[in-house]
Order: sequence, then C-alpha cells, then structure tokens
Amino acid sequence: MDLDHDAIPPDVPDEDRRFFLKQSMFFAGLSMAPADFLQAALAPDDGPVGNAVKVKLSLTVNGKRRRISIDPRMTLLDLLRENMGLTGTKKGCDFGQCGACTVHVDGRRTLSCLTFAVMQHGAKVTTIEGLSDGEKLHPLQEAFIKHDGFQCGYCTPGQVMSGVACIREGHAGSADEVREYMSGNLCRCGAYPNIVDAILEVKKEGTKV
Amino acid sequence: MKRQSLDNPSDTSLSRVDGAVKVTGAATYSAEYAIPGLVHAVLVTSTIAKGSITAIDSREAEAVPGVLAVISHLNAITVPGWPAKKLPAERVAAGTALRVFYDPLIYFDGQPVAMVVAATHEQAVHAASLVRVTYQQEAHQTHFEKNIGQAGIPQNVQRAKNSPFQDYERGDASALRNADVRIEAEYTIPTQHHQPLEPHAIIAVWEAEDKLTVYDKNQGVKSAQGQLAQAFKLPRENVQVVATYIGGAFGSGIRVWPHTMAAVMAAKQLKRPVKLVLGREQMFTSVGYRPYTKQKISIGAAKDGRLAGIVHEGTGQTSMYEEHLERTVLASRALYACPHVATRYRLLPLDVNTPTWMRGPGDATGMFALESAMDELAYALKTDPLEFRLKNYAESDPERNLPWSAKSLRECYELGAEKIGWKNRLPEPRSVRRNGMLLGYGMASSLYGFHRHPSRARAVMHADGSVIVQSATMDIGPGTGTAMTRIATKVLGVNAKKVRFDLGHSALPDAPGQNGSSTIPSVGSAVHVACEALKSKLVTLAGEMSEKFRPGAEVVARNGKIFSSADDKDGLSYTDILKHHRLNELEVTEASKSGAERDQYSMYSFGCHFVEVEVDPLTGEVRVTRVVTCADVGAIINYKTARSQSIGGVVGGIGMALMEHSEMDHRFGRYVTTDFASYHIPVHADVPSIEVYYIDKPDVQANPIGSKGLGEIAIVGVAGAIANAVFHATGKRVRELPITPDKLI
Repeated sequence: MDLDHDAIPPDVPDEDRRFFLKQSMFFAGLSMAPADFLQAALAPDDGPVGNAVKVKLSLTVNGKRRRISIDPRMTLLDLLRENMGLTGTKKGCDFGQCGACTVHVDGRRTLSCLTFAVMQHGAKVTTIEGLSDGEKLHPLQEAFIKHDGFQCGYCTPGQVMSGVACIREGHAGSADEVREYMSGNLCRCGAYPNIVDAILEVKKEGTKV
Repeated sequence: MKRQSLDNPSDTSLSRVDGAVKVTGAATYSAEYAIPGLVHAVLVTSTIAKGSITAIDSREAEAVPGVLAVISHLNAITVPGWPAKKLPAERVAAGTALRVFYDPLIYFDGQPVAMVVAATHEQAVHAASLVRVTYQQEAHQTHFEKNIGQAGIPQNVQRAKNSPFQDYERGDASALRNADVRIEAEYTIPTQHHQPLEPHAIIAVWEAEDKLTVYDKNQGVKSAQGQLAQAFKLPRENVQVVATYIGGAFGSGIRVWPHTMAAVMAAKQLKRPVKLVLGREQMFTSVGYRPYTKQKISIGAAKDGRLAGIVHEGTGQTSMYEEHLERTVLASRALYACPHVATRYRLLPLDVNTPTWMRGPGDATGMFALESAMDELAYALKTDPLEFRLKNYAESDPERNLPWSAKSLRECYELGAEKIGWKNRLPEPRSVRRNGMLLGYGMASSLYGFHRHPSRARAVMHADGSVIVQSATMDIGPGTGTAMTRIATKVLGVNAKKVRFDLGHSALPDAPGQNGSSTIPSVGSAVHVACEALKSKLVTLAGEMSEKFRPGAEVVARNGKIFSSADDKDGLSYTDILKHHRLNELEVTEASKSGAERDQYSMYSFGCHFVEVEVDPLTGEVRVTRVVTCADVGAIINYKTARSQSIGGVVGGIGMALMEHSEMDHRFGRYVTTDFASYHIPVHADVPSIEVYYIDKPDVQANPIGSKGLGEIAIVGVAGAIANAVFHATGKRVRELPITPDKLI
C-alpha cells in the first residue's frame, strides 16, 4: 500500500504532519505486519472496538478536511454513510460488484465498499454531494435529468461519479466505448441507454467536467 | 399520436420532479434516516434447509464490545397478533406467513434464526459471525425436477370454486388431435430474483410503547401499516410507514417480510431505534423471487393458419408454508381467437422460501412459453410469425366473451414491424450473417390485465396559487410523482413548478401499493377527480365574483387562471379567487374506483416486441443488437418517464432471457448464486439502444384519464421475442431459460 506524502495538504500543522508520516510509514508495512504489531503500533484512542482498536485518520472529503478516529474495519463507504451523513453514496452489494458506491479518490473512480477507510489517509475524496457547485448542478447531473438517465435513483450517484470519470479518462468516445467503461455500474431499472446518451452529450458539448 | 424520441419537439412531457434530489444524492432511502440513538442489526441465517434449532450459543457474540443483544426464538418478544406458541413446536399448514424468531423450526436455508444488535455496524457484523447455532437436520426437498410428481392443485384453488386458477376448458381441447399441424413442447424458467440495486432495509422506531414508525423499503405503505398494526394489535393510526424513495423493487416489496418484523421486534425489545439492511446474499432468501416454473404447451392449427387449439399447463414452485399463485397459464385464454383452449395450473411445495410477484408475474413466464410455441407453429406452417398472429387476432375477449374496452395491438404490430424492417427478414433460420455473426429477428406479443383499485387523493390550492396533491401511493422508479404532477397541471392549468405531489407516507389518503401496473389507472384517476373537484370549487367561488362563471359549467384552465370559454380573454386567476374569498387555502379529498364498466368490457394493456440478435457461431454468445417495443396502454400520461419504463422492461427481459438463473446446490438446499458475480443481470455493455413507440389513444372505458398500466407489459413477451430471434439466427429452439452459450453450441 502506498501513501503518497505529497497527498498531505501543505496546510497541515506540524503535529498533524507527524501523525501523517507515522501513519504512512505504518501503512506502508501493513500488508506484512503481524496482528499484534498492529495493536502495539497504535495506542488505543477511544478504547477497543471488538477485536480491534480505533485508528486516527485524516482525509479531505468534498474539499473539507476531516480528522476522525474510526474502527479499522470500517469501509470508506460506511464512513461516508454512517459517520459523515453523506448518504448520497449508495451501498448496493458491499462486494464491489455493482458500482453504486463509486466515489473519486484523488481523482480516480473508486469502489468505496472495497476500500477500508483507514487506507485513505491524506486522500482527497469526492462524493456525489461534492460534485455540484452549490445549487448549480454538474453538467452530467443536468444531462441525467434531461435524458432521464435513472428511475429509482439508487444507482444514480454511482453512475454519475463513474460517468464523470469516464469522460475525464477519455473513455467516452463512442456509445460502445461508454457502454464498456460504464459496465461496472449496474442499473436494475434498466436506464442504460439514457445514461449512455447523457454521457455522450456532455462529452460532445466539451464542457469541462 | 406517435412519438419517437426525446428530441421530438411535440413532446411536452416533464422531466422527473425528483430528478435533482436523485442526481445529487439528496434523496433519502430507507436506511438513510438520521435517527438519534440508532443501533445496527445483522441477521444470522440458517445453514440447513429443514429441521429445527437445538441450541444457540451466543456467549461469544454477546461478549463483543458494543453488542446490545442477540435475539432469537429463545428470547424474542411475543408478537401479540401471533398465536400462542405450541410445545413442542409444530410445522404450520400452508398459508401461514413465516413468523420470525417464533419457534425453532427451519423451513428453508437462509431463514433468519438470530439477529445481533450492536452500537455499530462493524460490531454487529463481527458478532454475528460468532453466533453458534446447532440444528437437528431433516431430509429436505428443494429439487424441482426430481419432485415434480408431487405437484398438485393448490389448496387455495380447491377451496375457491371461482378461482381463476381452476382448470379451464372452452370448446373441446381434444380437437387438437385433428389439427393439420400440431406441436407439443416443454418450457422451463429457473428461479430468478428481483435484486433491486437497493437492498431491502428498515429503520424501526418505537416512539412510545404503543406508537411505531418504520422507514421501510416496501411497495405499499398502507398495506404495511395495516399488517404491522395487526401484528402488534395497535390502532392503524399508531403505526406510520415511510417509504418516500425506494431503490427499485420489481415486486420484492409488496409484502411485509420476516426481516421487517425482526427489526420492529428488536426495536421494541431494546427500546432503541434499530436499523437492519439485508446483505446482498440475504436478498436471495428474504424477499421472494420469480418461481421456478415448468410449462407444457400443445398447440395446433389448420393449414390455413387458424388456431385449432391450445392446451397450456404450468407448474410453479412454492414453499412448504405458503402457496404463491401466479397467472402463468392465463394469457393463453385471452390472447388469441382460438375456439378450443384448456389450461391447468399446479404448485409444487419445496423446502424453500416463498416466491413472490416479480415484474410481469406469471404473464412474463407464460408468455415466454406461449409466444415460443406460436413462433414454432408458424415455422411448422411455413407462415410468417407476425402474419400468423394477425390471422388469429382476437377482436373480442374469447375468454370472457366481452368486447375489449380498447385494443390497438394490430397497430402495435404494424408499427413495430415497420420500424424493425420485418418485411426484409428472410424467413429461413440460420440464413443470414453480419460481420461473421448469425443474425436473427424475432417478435412476441404482450398483454397484461387492467387493475384499478379504489384510491383517494387530496388536492390543496394555496393563496399563492401553488398546489399540493397527496396520496399514499409509491414510487419504486416509474416516476409516480412526475406523472401525477402532470395530471394535476393538465386539469388545473398550472405550471408544474407550482405543483408538489406527496407520496410514500401512510398518513396520506388511501392508495393501493405499487404493483400490477395499477398506479396510473388507480391513483392517476383519483388525482384527476380530486383536481377536477378542486377546479369546480374554484369555479363556484369565481361565480360569486363574475356572472360568466356558473357552477358546474365547463371552463378552460391555463396559466393559473380559469376562463369561461376558449374565447374568453379575461380569466380569473386562482390567487384572485382565493384572495377575494379571504381563503389561505382550498382543499378537497376525492375517491375514485371502478364502476359497472368492469363487467361490460374486458380490459387489458397490449404490446409487442421486435428483437434483433447476433449470435457468435463459434461461442454461442447472444447479443441483443436492437429492440423495438410498442405498447397500447391507452393515453400516455408523461412520455419521457413512460419511455424509460418501457426501456427498463426490455432490459429486464434481456436478463430473463439470457442471464438470470438462481442456482441451488441441492445437497444443501442452498443458493450458490449469492451475489452479482454469480447472478448476472444486464450491464451497460449488454444493452443496445431501444426504440419505444406508443399508440397513445385514450381508453375511454377504462377510467377518467383513459390510461392503462405499462410496467408489466414492458417485460411480458420480451424473453419470447429474444428466444424467437435466437431461433431465427441459429435454427435452435431453446425452451429453457436463460439462453446461455452452452445451449447453442
């Protein structure tokens, strides 16, 4: 696991910076660390949570710095939904198979249900709530409404986050390409053709997404 | 009026009224209410298919920090509406909904046996893994094919002599024997699951000892309210059910399921709000499914292409504790003008959870068989499949001997055929290739009965001219609020932005649940009459201000004003009327239901689907490359959202035809398909562009808005059309869904 030191915002006070560095060194070795080392390396913060201890974490969510102490078993998805009240990101399967939980982590689309929150030290996370500019909707959100790219709306935040990434990645060149690069986002209502139309339109208009 | 695309300038339909909240993630679904003191529940489910629990060791689970309780039949509260427990426990007779945490008996694998409640989700998940349950196992039967000999007439049907599922015969079905051309074949549909993207979820809150609020994913807040009130012996009004946003359901939310009861019981026991969200794997055993069904059709015709007879038999799977019946064989009685028809319907109880209605219940299953058989017979007659259907077009209902209230299926056929280019289709199977792929075209008809249930709606005009319309109806995805807003704007002549439609709360005026394509016909009618009544009240008030308005007279309503006639240049605005009468608001509540027309006409929605497929001759992979779907559902209320519903039905049909198959390991009676990696539903790459056409002619007999249901006919027939296209492409008639490559190579 690699945690880019550059990801630490420059405005982090020294104390926090030390915390970050300590955490990042620790996480660099996480995959090899025996369980009791895990326990020893981190002093319990708020006491035990089951068989684990809470871990300090700092990350930026929708432009806002958050410092929290969490159960290391918590996924990024549950952190957003249960701790931060950001329920726009959806839990569809919890196995990384449906795409409803798609968020952007440091600009890349990421399945937040397959991502432990503690892996996101220093990361910049953008959720559906952070996509629009205040009251003004993102062009793809507008296009979803125009093309009726949803019915029940449950997969929609994930489709929109994936769709934005799909355009940014340069994978929205044709309907077939969009279908291929959006196939990780399931929609049981079957709004697929309308979603493809919405993405293609935003891509065609060339608006910065 | 035929419209073909969103770009059509004559289309004035509304974008979804809840579009902005859905695309920004602001819409609140059942698991997303921030309730103070909320605790988290996780179910422990049985690992045997039949037997009883001998012990539950929850000591280790209870020792996990944060755990508040491990609830099971050993310590759960008594549900006042349930009968006293028997000792020793006895297996229930068919017809009893599963009572969760009631006794130690196990009816199927995946049955809830315990529930851990903890301060956090992580704690509950971990503790649930530590609950040790031991069982006394009994031999189970889950294999449909091996047990089909045990199938019988449902007890429900034996008791009800006028049940539509009674054996049926008109004419003399033995006439089939003398038909010039006759075929007979068996069709199999495996168990398929709804799997909406939102897992079923509930937050249960006891506001007081005798007051319950649930935020629950369901398709009918009023029926859930009634069922919960009955179970807990509370006055209806003491139970409130909230389901404003529902992340898809397709039938899985029609009932109050055991997990809902479990959360409500736990909340009562712990005096804390409890949240329970089913895991994706639990969605396979908790909220029903389209039942495994085997059908046999014998069908014959004279050389001239006239049907000589149809015998349609169907056997569906059910559980040991409930009988789930569906319309599997019924369409064969009504779709074609055939003098000799017999149908028989049987059920096979197995050690599984109870199936339930899934989009196009019974009809989607039956139509696959009937329309496959019709196609096969057309080939046997060496006639065009579409021509064959037109030759046997039913001008009136051959089952009930009644005129149709309206039927434009012929126009659907013509439109669909024209759009797909049917006349250019070469009849010979496996005769055309495109880019190395076998190319095929198929079609199938669709029909679904008209359901209109008594409904109420309230309409309130405010001093500023804004309107609130309310009804306890639901929106599982079709865009109910948008369609109702559209109805209100048309009647009252106000801008859609001035209208708010409230739904999904049990405190609102009575409405049926969202099922059986009944929402627009039922609630749409109630909204229409409520808005008409509101307008008429406004006209009466206007009459006191100006002589040109007489109570009961027709007026023209537009731009927030009423005019005495189309030529009237000076209208009276609603705001002026309310101001003049010093009213802050004006309210009406109206009810709407069917009348005598129900017995005078036979009412159905009709449609057809035309499909183009490409099949890889080497791998047997089927790709649906084009679909044209046409529907006759009377008036289209809001084209944009209707079109999406039709597209969604076709996508569901693609899954049904090509992918969906819930597979069980019968050694354990357990599903091995437990997630989206093993239970495949269509993804973006599986779905081509889909063309949707409507006849859009009001059915004036059906209801005041002339509109019939769309949700079901959108999927009914799609699997048949795909199977027929696969036959045309490959020359192989696949009668067992899904049509996977192994069946084609």
